[in-house]
Amino acid sequence: MFGYILKRLLATIPVLLIVAVFVFLLLRLTPGDPAAILAGDAATPAQLERIRDRLGLNDPLLVQFVTWFGQMLKGDLGTSLISNTDVVDMVSDRLGPTINIALMTIVISVLLAVPMGVIAAWRHRTWIDFAVMSFSVLGFSVPVFVIGYILIQIFAIELRWVPVQGYASPSDGIGAFFSRAILPSLTLATIYVALIARMTRASMLEVLGEDYIRTARAKGVRENVVLFRHALRNAAVPILTIIGTGFALLISGVVVTESVFNIPGIGRLTVDAILARDYPVIQAMILLTAGIYVLVNLIVDVSYSFFDPRIRY
Amino acid sequence: MKFKTRDLSTAQRVLKIRKLKVGLTGRPDAQPVLNEIDLDIRAGETHCLVGESGSGKSVTSLATMGLLPKDALEVQGGLIDLEGFEITNATAAQMRDLRAQRVAMIFQEPMTALNPVLRVGEQIEEVLNMHTDLSKSEAKARTIDIMEQVHLPDVQRVYSAFPHQLSGGQRQRIMIAMALVLDPDLLIADEPTTALDVTTQLQILKLIEEMQERHGTAVLFITHDMGVVAEIADTVSVMQKGEIVESAPIRELLTNPQKDYTRKLLKAVPNLAPRPARAVSEKDAVLNVDRLEMTYGGGGWFRKSEGVRAARDVTFDIAPGRTLGIVGESGSGKSTVARCIMRLIDPTGGEVTVAATEISRLSRRNLQSHRKHLQIVFQDPYRSLNPRWTVARSLCEGPINFGTPKSEAMERAAELMELVDLPKDALDRYPHQFSGGQRQRIAIARAVAMKPDLLVADEAVSALDVSVQAQVLDLLDDVQDRFGIAMLFITHDLRVAAQICDDVLVMQKGQVVEQGPAAAVLANPRHDYTRSLIEAAPGRHWDFANFRALERAPAVEGPIA
Repeated sequence: MFGYILKRLLATIPVLLIVAVFVFLLLRLTPGDPAAILAGDAATPAQLERIRDRLGLNDPLLVQFVTWFGQMLKGDLGTSLISNTDVVDMVSDRLGPTINIALMTIVISVLLAVPMGVIAAWRHRTWIDFAVMSFSVLGFSVPVFVIGYILIQIFAIELRWVPVQGYASPSDGIGAFFSRAILPSLTLATIYVALIARMTRASMLEVLGEDYIRTARAKGVRENVVLFRHALRNAAVPILTIIGTGFALLISGVVVTESVFNIPGIGRLTVDAILARDYPVIQAMILLTAGIYVLVNLIVDVSYSFFDPRIRY
Repeated sequence: MKFKTRDLSTAQRVLKIRKLKVGLTGRPDAQPVLNEIDLDIRAGETHCLVGESGSGKSVTSLATMGLLPKDALEVQGGLIDLEGFEITNATAAQMRDLRAQRVAMIFQEPMTALNPVLRVGEQIEEVLNMHTDLSKSEAKARTIDIMEQVHLPDVQRVYSAFPHQLSGGQRQRIMIAMALVLDPDLLIADEPTTALDVTTQLQILKLIEEMQERHGTAVLFITHDMGVVAEIADTVSVMQKGEIVESAPIRELLTNPQKDYTRKLLKAVPNLAPRPARAVSEKDAVLNVDRLEMTYGGGGWFRKSEGVRAARDVTFDIAPGRTLGIVGESGSGKSTVARCIMRLIDPTGGEVTVAATEISRLSRRNLQSHRKHLQIVFQDPYRSLNPRWTVARSLCEGPINFGTPKSEAMERAAELMELVDLPKDALDRYPHQFSGGQRQRIAIARAVAMKPDLLVADEAVSALDVSVQAQVLDLLDDVQDRFGIAMLFITHDLRVAAQICDDVLVMQKGQVVEQGPAAAVLANPRHDYTRSLIEAAPGRHWDFANFRALERAPAVEGPIA
């Protein structure tokens, strides 16, 4: 197992390296003079020259890359062109809210979706099954911001149970965190509930046709035990894959929700950076996203063996 | 042949089925799946239910367990009486109570019938947790006890093993332990040995008998294998198309069958005595295999691992028009040899010469032109034909790839349909519109369409019913005579090997232990392993097709190691 994880970690190096090269070239190969892009329209030639010098743009490309890469390994991704603050600090400040919301979303999604999928498969082709499937079509097709605004209208404006917008970290008090995080998490969760419920249902339908399910019933095992002890664990691998991919997508895809609920997370940071052409920040975000994908995939693969003893690394 | 002749008429009746009718759910007017069948089993009795696939054997057993798939099948009449308890009216909760306590079941495929993610000990213990108030330690003690009763080795270790860590025979022992832990009155065994090797089959049959004697269990044993029936049955019911056509004590049924269908079924059972070999061919061998070796694995990033030697030092050749059989149990390496010859996998050593070309080390590209010399027919006709292609397309694809004009390929396909005894319009149909036997004919036609020099048949009749099996074997014989194709026939079934092979090669653990003319090897085996294979073949003293004992049972003089 340890050897496998080590092997997998080593295998991530080329992936991240390719991403790093891409990120590096993003700035260098953009049409026109990067310095001009960075300096903006109103720059004087003297300012341009200063920027070129600062970025080392007068050196050969390879030297530039080695310098940039070396700094990146030391954790230095440069400073923002807009706010002039350290990029790593900017991103890490924003990462907390995003990860907390994403985790809460995934927990809510799994708690709702897995039982829904299991029951839909168990009651295959009954009204329960149709209801779950209809809900999942709805979850896929309604845009996230619509759901967000509907939830705000109902729970924040009409019922006044929770604040309309904003974010509080768990260290400010669990109650404050939950009351602000619940609506964005629910909003984000709709699509993941739909996705995970569908996957759970499909995977369970397959497993419920297996011989060992018949064996369990032949032993006189109760239906809930058949479903959750015998079937669900066997159906787990594809469900885990979806949850893992979903989580990684969440981290990078929370832009809209963060805008709707005014949460200071990396989604908004990314949008702001793109709008302002804040290249160092954009570079950092791409690296971060790639890293998260790689890490989540590794965790998912390792977790397979926890559910299915036949998978051993 | 010694049959069971116990008189059980005074024993208590455990199962009584009367006029049981099972049909498609919600369609009482459609052709029923079970049509008014009657069945009786008494305590201690072994009743065998035989018949071909689709005859209703398994439906009978599932109905008795109350396990019919609800959205497909339902009981539409009659009664199933288990010691005075009427099953057809029972509620779900009552049925759950009954299962494992009064009636238990073991299934065909012990790999898929056990839950792969739960430890086998837990799976047995679960029965106790569901039906008794035993404490955790008592339940475990009882589990260990039953595991010992079914003669599992190293019980403490096996208790916490997962199914995939055990052998097929051990898994079936776990299934039996699970079924018998609460000492039910009726055990239903649905083809419990069909997926096992002959030697393992013998052990499992003995185990069921031993457990039956110890606990006085009534056994309903479902099988398609007449050999097994002859070994274990007290009484037999023959099923066909959802009806019981004949029911009799075993000796009566085998010596004096009353119904045509029963006679037909018995006549199709292949004889274990080998058929005479064809005349030795003067022609040069089509296939030469020289010291073939195949080692799986053995790579590794950080350190070299040992690898599994699936075949080593395998040497033989086949002349045109002759059939060589490779027999052996699962894991003996017989399929590995076939795949190496087909170059579906790349052998790690030795030489394979087909039509005078050494192919074991040809590159994929160079191999392409030699593929037409070698064709294969696989075991499962349900999965070896592309379901989205018409038969014509499957048959013509190969010849067209090798440059035959389409019209000519179609013409040949039509001829081949005639040869394999299928109507011409079969060409425009899809595989799912045919039965298993017909599909295997199509698969053979597909192989022959390439005009190969060598046909490899990998367990090509193992998935078929005996009567269909006999027809397909005849067809293979016919094809061979007509085109002079050499055939490599891989099988685990000695009866089949005796019927079709000129020469036989016996494999064990990747090595050839004995090879020679079929008549010599099967009638006078020299190696202990061959002898034990023949010894284990059920019903080997009986000549089913002629309703009498074999004059000279095949083999076996001398002690068995």
